[in-house]
Amino acid sequence: MSTKTVTEAPAVTLAGVSKVYGRGPAAVQALDQVSLSVAPGEFTCLIGASGCGKSTMLSLVAGLDKPTAGNIAVSGQVAMMFQEPALFPWLTAGGNVELALRARGVGRAERRQRTGELLDIVRLGGFGAKRPHELSGGMRQRVALARALAQDADVLLMDEPFGALDAMTRDVLHDELDRITAERNLTVLFVTHNVREAVRLGDRVVVLSSRPGRVLEEYPVTIARPRRIDSAPVAELASQITDRLREEMSRHGD
Amino acid sequence: MAINGGHRASADGTWAEGGTNPPGTGWVADGAAPAGNALAGLDALDLAGRPGSAPGRFAVRFWNSLWPKLLAIALVFLVWELVTLSGYKKEIFPGAGPTLANLWDQAKTGTLWQALGNTLESAVIGFAAAIVVGTLFGALVSRIYVLRAAVGSLITGLQTMPSIAWVPFAALLFGNNNSAILFLIILGAAPSIANGLISGVDYTSPLLLKAGATMGLRGLSLWRHLILPASLPVYVAGLKQGWAFGWRSLMAGELIVLVFNHPTLGELLNNDQSLSDLQSATAIIIVIFIIGIFVDSLFGAADTSIRKQWGLA
Repeated sequence: MSTKTVTEAPAVTLAGVSKVYGRGPAAVQALDQVSLSVAPGEFTCLIGASGCGKSTMLSLVAGLDKPTAGNIAVSGQVAMMFQEPALFPWLTAGGNVELALRARGVGRAERRQRTGELLDIVRLGGFGAKRPHELSGGMRQRVALARALAQDADVLLMDEPFGALDAMTRDVLHDELDRITAERNLTVLFVTHNVREAVRLGDRVVVLSSRPGRVLEEYPVTIARPRRIDSAPVAELASQITDRLREEMSRHGD
Repeated sequence: MAINGGHRASADGTWAEGGTNPPGTGWVADGAAPAGNALAGLDALDLAGRPGSAPGRFAVRFWNSLWPKLLAIALVFLVWELVTLSGYKKEIFPGAGPTLANLWDQAKTGTLWQALGNTLESAVIGFAAAIVVGTLFGALVSRIYVLRAAVGSLITGLQTMPSIAWVPFAALLFGNNNSAILFLIILGAAPSIANGLISGVDYTSPLLLKAGATMGLRGLSLWRHLILPASLPVYVAGLKQGWAFGWRSLMAGELIVLVFNHPTLGELLNNDQSLSDLQSATAIIIVIFIIGIFVDSLFGAADTSIRKQWGLA
């Protein structure tokens, strides 16, 4: 993996991206002129109230949807994780990971070996033969992470991946995600509703406005790693960002 | 995340002092337990008290779905016996005991077994053909939008068509032979099978499709690895319904299309009607009924097995 330099081309670039759903008077503008540039290996958190188009942004970057206006450039492979693990119930945990390898055309013998390695990375070695429903929510989400890693992506898009988990599990998974993204030099776009989570994980927190979604403000997070979600510096920056978000929300209440 | 300071939980639930850190724990804040160990502990706690996956032997599942049906049969016999005791149409109404004795007598002759064999052979061949036709048709219709708009309602129309209405058509087209009967089974079963596959495809979760798309599943591999397995439960329900319709068509066909030197259950029924032998006719009805229930149990067991695997049962 290359080291970060100032001159390096961005991993993800959004230039004046707009997205309108529907037509005529019923049309909804989800994103309005969003420009954002994410450096390779950077962990960017997107935060905003409902209707800020966070999920729309990820779908656009993933190529699942096309922007109405503007350009999106992504260098390298993209993988995506959702709030739900979205594992295939007819496959085992290992089978789910293996299918992602298979979709990339990895040969049978290598697939088996890589599946084992990937499950080890998310600390689920020995659980490969379990069915998704036999695992806990946090374990399922880790299988989904292993599946995303199996896609050998440079860019990982995460749409509130820990939103449905209990706080204790989520905290432990933050540590895991820190470790894995650092080890693999992954570029991450992480959508969340949780301001502290954003500060805990991100190199940068991007605050979006609602209806339509625009980039409102960006906060670089310079707090040294390893971080804790309950540490004073994290809480301090989080409350600053929360204030900014409240200000934006009250604009809609008038 | 400070779970129990310098201790760690191992996967088997016991607590151990200290211990070497697994690789990659350098990212954890000072004073906290290593994330990997905390994770292993959480996993153990999460899974404790969860019912393990007892795959359950097929025979056990089969028996579990069969015995309530046996109970229902016992109830039928009870009501039957009560009607007989009431003296309803005493001269011709067959009692349960004599009818079973009649069935036993028929079973001792070769004709019943020959007829049963012929009927089941038609059923298996016809149903297999219906699976092929229905599945191919369903796959095409669910995949090609224009075809669905044009043919989708036709399939449902075919499904609701009483199979006996096709009998003259089949008999005239193929003559009095087994092809006519196979044609009737396919016509009866294939629409349900096709519809099962189509709704299975329609009900594939959009989230899974999204996951599949980001994974890079496209075209044929998307079908093979995502859409078809995702449709399986609804498809099996379609197969079950298709069997029921096909079995009806088969009986209707056999009753009317009499193939020379080829005894079938339907033909036995036809003979019994000609000879005004209500007792023998009732005995044959029992045989038909039992086969229907038996096959239904097979589909029920397959359905339960899928739901178990998926964690829906």
